[in-house]
Amino acid sequence: MAVRKGIESSLAIAEAAAACNVDCIAAYPITPQTHIVEHLSELVNDGVLDAEFIPVESEHSAMSCCCGTAAAGARTFTATSSQGLALMHEIMFIAANLRLPIVMTVANRALSAPINIWNDHSDVMTERDCGWLQIFGENGQESTDLVPICHKIAEDKRVLLPIMLNFDGFIVSHVVEPIEMLTREEIATFLPDYEPQQRLDVDNPITMGPVGMPEVYTEAKMAHEAAVRNAYGPICEILEEFGQKFGRTYKPVETYKTEDADIVFVMMGAASETCMSWVDKVREQGKKVGIVRFRLWRPLPVEAFKEAVQGKKVLGIIDRHFSPGGAGGPVAQEVKYTLYGEKDAPKAVEVVAGLGGRDIDFDTFDKIFDRCQKVLDGGEVPPFELIQARGGHYGKI
Amino acid sequence: MLELRFHGRGGQGGVTSAELLALAAIADGKFAQAFPSFGPERRGAPVKAFARISEAQIRNRTAVTTPNIAIVLDPSLLTIVNTSEGLVEGGIQVVNSTHSAKALREEIGLKGKLVVVDANKIAAEEIGRVITNTTMLGALIKATGIVSTDLLIEQLKKRFGRIAEGNIKAFNRAYEEAVVAE
Repeated sequence: MAVRKGIESSLAIAEAAAACNVDCIAAYPITPQTHIVEHLSELVNDGVLDAEFIPVESEHSAMSCCCGTAAAGARTFTATSSQGLALMHEIMFIAANLRLPIVMTVANRALSAPINIWNDHSDVMTERDCGWLQIFGENGQESTDLVPICHKIAEDKRVLLPIMLNFDGFIVSHVVEPIEMLTREEIATFLPDYEPQQRLDVDNPITMGPVGMPEVYTEAKMAHEAAVRNAYGPICEILEEFGQKFGRTYKPVETYKTEDADIVFVMMGAASETCMSWVDKVREQGKKVGIVRFRLWRPLPVEAFKEAVQGKKVLGIIDRHFSPGGAGGPVAQEVKYTLYGEKDAPKAVEVVAGLGGRDIDFDTFDKIFDRCQKVLDGGEVPPFELIQARGGHYGKI
Repeated sequence: MLELRFHGRGGQGGVTSAELLALAAIADGKFAQAFPSFGPERRGAPVKAFARISEAQIRNRTAVTTPNIAIVLDPSLLTIVNTSEGLVEGGIQVVNSTHSAKALREEIGLKGKLVVVDANKIAAEEIGRVITNTTMLGALIKATGIVSTDLLIEQLKKRFGRIAEGNIKAFNRAYEEAVVAE
């Protein structure tokens, strides 16, 4: 077993990208992702990493550049956050539908206005429908391990899709913590050299991204839908292979102390770490509560999730983003989608918390638990609620 | 688990203090984390940094609100920030000040066990700048023994390279000169 090294998670993630021997990085700095690309530019400058580092003038250009380098057959990495991801928006769809295996780490951060540099999931959720694979790391170790995993998934011949690796800005990205780092040699035994299926080559010209007339556009979308959905099998295999090799096994859906629980909290990202400590504490008081966490978000692991909440009575679903005037938070929406029409489906208590860097702390979990307990005792399901809003939430959606 | 809160001003290296402590604890085989309280990082504005140290894996990513130890890097913060806020029963405050523990307790109302050192003077003399982050670590280690001085000096060498010497001297002097009051 490797030695735990104290390192800031952002630097560990950059080191992992370098250990994956990426060929090309095109990026623009933005808080809280900055340390990742800064460190990669240092590694390239110092000759530690033999790669092209393309300092572009905007994130729109960064993603455009990544499309170009990935299309030319280069192992391509980038990183962004918040407004930067939003600026990439139109190119995100192009990268996905051209089936370019780009790996992008996103240190999740709120979108303006008001201007806010702190973490929530509004940036990634706004890109929910762009056709990328999406996965969430919980802590520095997991986010670092997921870098080679993401490259392997993206480049798998059965997949060939870009993948977004999300982790919470600051509360993961800027934390110095103990991380077991994999060496370049170790990663090489897991992640083979990238062999593009097709690439832009002047000697053997092909066209990528031509016009899709109404006669073919639907079929192109159907093919993309199948590609994303069918990526699930290879993703599970690759996660399993990583576990076999390096001893840390990650699943598409993670559970914590759910076996005997009637109430289960559902969430994504780093909040689940704090929640585990809270669960340990309240279990000592006899409260039977557990956690289900989506690690994989696209494709949505529907069956694995259903299995994880089988027989549970009440779900407390925590979103760090929501659709104003709409159907609440995205995790809650999709959880309900997976359970609609299921016999004995658990009831859903939906809350939005942790917006723009507000800590999701023990008090927040206590409040959510109280609402869930009331429902478990036969009370009415409360409306979707911004549970941390001072002065209370105005009411029903 | 030990929870620490560092009070400083932007540019004084409070985040570095928290990081060096966590790195030394991790090098000691413990689990630790360090992170800043992020904000518009204006030079001179009151800022906080946090650290946690434990024998077991740390599963908490919220700000430290009930510290076992509060470290005050800048004397001028004592009257504008409530550094005692949330300090646990039996907690410790490590304070950069020219005043005595008695005066700090009676006039400013500082709570907990007090450890006082004139870090401005030490830093000015040993480093040549009133940047007290490494100096205050000397007082912290003297008061708590969280990690050994050797492990911490190792981290100072790694972080500061050629300019480590002054920081190590300041660290050692604060370790000697800090007054631990009950």
